[in-house]
Amino acid sequence: MARYFIKVIRRLLLLVATLIFTSFIIFALTNLLPGDVARLVLGRDASATAVANFEQQFGLDQPPLQQYINWLRGFVTADWGRSFTAGNPPVRELVLARLGNSLRLAGLTLVIVIPVSLVLGVLAALREGSWLDSFISVMSLSVVGLPEFVTGIVLVNIFALSLGWFPATAFVASEMTFGAWLQILFLPALTASLVLVGYITRMTRAGMLEELNKPYVRTATLKGLSWAQVVFGHALRNALLPTIAVIALSIGWLMGGLVVIENVFNYPGIGSLLVTAVTQKNLPVLQAISVLIVFFYTFANLVADFLFTLLNPRIRLA
Amino acid sequence: MAESVINVEDLTVEYRIGPTWLEAVRNIDLQINPLQIHGLVGESGSGKSTLGTAMIRYLAANARITKGKILFADRDLRKLTPQDMAGVWGNQIGFVPQNTMDSLNPSLRIQKQMVEVTQKHLGIGLQEAKRRAAEALQNVQIADPTAVLSRYPHQLSGGMLQRVMIAIALSTRPKLILLDEPTTALDVTTQAVILDLLRDLIKDEQAAALYVSHDLGTVAQLCDHVTVLYAGEVMESAPVDVLFAQPRHPYTAGLLACLPSSAANSGGTGSGSRLTTIKGVAPALGARSSACVFAERCPLVIDRCRQEKPPLETISASRTVRCWRWQDIASGSLTPFSEPQPQVSQTTPQDLLVLNARGMSKRFGDGNLLNFLRSKPQSYVQALRDVSIDVKGRSTFGLVGESGSGKTTLARSILALLQADAGQLNLQNQPISLTLRGRDRAVLRNLRIVFQNPDDSLNPYRTVGQTIDRTIRKLAVEKLPRAAIRKRTKDLLQAVGLSPEYYDRRPSQLSGGEKQRVVIARAFASHPALIVADEPTSALDVSVQAVILNLLKDLRAQEGASYIVISHDLEVVSYLADYIAVMYLGEIVEQGAGEALLNFPSHPYTEALLSAAPTPDPSVRHQPIVLRGEIPSPRNRPSGCPFHTRCPRKIGVICERELPPVHTDQDGHQIRCHYTLEELLELQHQGPPTPPSTATPPLATP
Repeated sequence: MARYFIKVIRRLLLLVATLIFTSFIIFALTNLLPGDVARLVLGRDASATAVANFEQQFGLDQPPLQQYINWLRGFVTADWGRSFTAGNPPVRELVLARLGNSLRLAGLTLVIVIPVSLVLGVLAALREGSWLDSFISVMSLSVVGLPEFVTGIVLVNIFALSLGWFPATAFVASEMTFGAWLQILFLPALTASLVLVGYITRMTRAGMLEELNKPYVRTATLKGLSWAQVVFGHALRNALLPTIAVIALSIGWLMGGLVVIENVFNYPGIGSLLVTAVTQKNLPVLQAISVLIVFFYTFANLVADFLFTLLNPRIRLA
Repeated sequence: MAESVINVEDLTVEYRIGPTWLEAVRNIDLQINPLQIHGLVGESGSGKSTLGTAMIRYLAANARITKGKILFADRDLRKLTPQDMAGVWGNQIGFVPQNTMDSLNPSLRIQKQMVEVTQKHLGIGLQEAKRRAAEALQNVQIADPTAVLSRYPHQLSGGMLQRVMIAIALSTRPKLILLDEPTTALDVTTQAVILDLLRDLIKDEQAAALYVSHDLGTVAQLCDHVTVLYAGEVMESAPVDVLFAQPRHPYTAGLLACLPSSAANSGGTGSGSRLTTIKGVAPALGARSSACVFAERCPLVIDRCRQEKPPLETISASRTVRCWRWQDIASGSLTPFSEPQPQVSQTTPQDLLVLNARGMSKRFGDGNLLNFLRSKPQSYVQALRDVSIDVKGRSTFGLVGESGSGKTTLARSILALLQADAGQLNLQNQPISLTLRGRDRAVLRNLRIVFQNPDDSLNPYRTVGQTIDRTIRKLAVEKLPRAAIRKRTKDLLQAVGLSPEYYDRRPSQLSGGEKQRVVIARAFASHPALIVADEPTSALDVSVQAVILNLLKDLRAQEGASYIVISHDLEVVSYLADYIAVMYLGEIVEQGAGEALLNFPSHPYTEALLSAAPTPDPSVRHQPIVLRGEIPSPRNRPSGCPFHTRCPRKIGVICERELPPVHTDQDGHQIRCHYTLEELLELQHQGPPTPPSTATPPLATP
């Protein structure tokens, strides 16, 4: 167990190292963008004084490494700098508000995706070769094949415009009840779920099939255990191990890759903020979001690794 | 005779291969009597495992029973529903599978996997089930049941897991136990203990058993009655002693004659006689004759055999045989596979050393900073410790040892597939590098390998010709024209007994034996001085093994090469080798001329190893020398003599403290022991060592 504890600490240190490394890359890349940042933001006709003022205000007049160190120091002490946009709102508040929205969307998506795809995957594996298996395969593949703006628009047409059950666009107010949130989140979350469900279902199916063909399942059957005991008591737990990693990978996508869905539903998530920041050359916002996305991505994978180890005594007690 | 425990009548099982159903086993009649251990023998593809599991109505998803009855406990199992079968399996029928590591759920503790059976079938509570599980483990001689119960499968050794499986199978006192190659994955010394345990427990429980195996040695040692299966049909069924002594079916006779140890091949180690072989290969599932299935390979075949299927005749109360000519065989007027085999071209070992290795050592997995910080110096595995060997020209050097003995590490270090940490290698009196990079082409040319599993050692995308051509081209002394390469490849194919058509075939079109011939041809492609063969026949059936062993002997004489042959199978080594070294925990404990070592094993480990090897002769059922526990992990090498923890002839503290010296007699027979050779032979003369308890030693804390 001590060995496991050491492993945990080592992984956490690695996570920190990854974050520092990627933040450096992000910082370097954004600084390597062609052109003078101040001129890009202020426009070609800005006066030399305005440019100098801007550079001084945002510390752009300092050497790049110094800028990075300042930025990093600010980032860890909760001062994420100020946005380049009008009024120069603090980046931290701006980003965290959007981050909350994104987390809600990602959370609800996972709540839909995980049970649905696990059930479908296990069902397909248990009925391998049957019409149900083929049906699940065809459905999940075709849903994956459709771009999310198509599924999004179709869902809006059906559930918002025709049936009127959910709003077509997400209007996020400052104070909202849980029910109101659900109403807004449901369609975007469903759209994101449809993208993921096919993939995770197929992974679950493959994992389950592999386990069902292992000798220990034959042993369990020949012990006279019931079908349910064999499937749920023996095979399922091992079958889910590879699926965990896939789910973790999808969290990364959910935290930064939902730009299209956010656009379709006009949902104020972190993805659309990222796109705006890019178009506005809003470097402080861009950097903060990038680091956050990397954080969630690596963190989700870390959690997946630990879950994997926890459920797998061969690794835990090796 | 009492009513049989299980009675199979006219059972036929089919497999769906693509769109068609093919018969895997057909018209099987088989009875197992109470208290009987019934052996079911056959080569791969004979249908023995299919029949074994079909008899207890467990079928693969693409299999079905089309005909027959399975009478068990007054019921026809074929008529039972899956729910009914769940009440029979694990309750009245126990099952001990082949590969224990995969046959237990890796993520559940042993306790859970034991109690679920008794809870289900005996209707007892968890506490009672736990108590009984501990008791069951005690019955299979596990010393500390409580510790074992709380373990996961990967924390236990193969022998320990097999004990657990047996405990599970017996925990409901079943009437019938299906043993599917239960010792195939185990080392011989462990196998001997497990077979012993099985025999006693099955008798104690008043049960009957079906023992499915390809290994005639263990069948002879364990079974009361044997049924021989070939191409899905029963060839012969008889009590074990008469089957081995007087086989009535030519196939049975052939199988026995193929064994390196069989009477037909007697002549001692390194003898010049070839092994008897059965020509041809077993027919594929779809290509089985509707007449006698063995006709194509039978030396006694007559026209009738090709036209009409012989019936399974009952020739005495407990004997059946399926052959038109059994009466001629019984009367002695025909004896299949008895014609004397031609001699192989003899070779006399030269005095010149083709390879000389000094002080080879190899450790795995040290130098880890974390372990250093946690002051765990013993975390490395000492796979090889100061090993020296001499291989003479035109000779075969046999390396014997159980898993973990370091024999493969030694071979790989010689080939530089692994880099030894220390040691010196001389090839034909020239020092060679321990690293592959440091070796020039001449060394690579002279040092070739034959791998264990021919399925993995041939590139599936290259034809046989491309594979061998490539080796010739890469290792040729000078650049050769294409035609010359091609010519040489065809010559090599001919030398290993493959016709030129094989040039364009791919590995997937070849049988296991044919693949191994290609691997051997490739090894000889560069006119090597020394070929290292790592378990060259362990993936093959006995009838194919005989062909390959003959081939290896022939080629050695023709090509003038030497071999290092690694095997866990003493018979294979004794047939091929002129000189044998026995390894234990990375050290050579005994080495000497083959005959001397096998006839007069001196070191207590060699003595035990030889006594544990199952003799394929039921009339020689000697008690093997039981070694306590299993080979220790090389991670925790015992101090002093590494064998002291298991040695039945341990002297005392000296064995625990001091590394034993090497004693050599005038013939070069060498042992590493605190006793001298003479003292050990004297001790053996006085009788076998007092057997230790067969119980497992307590587990080390994880």
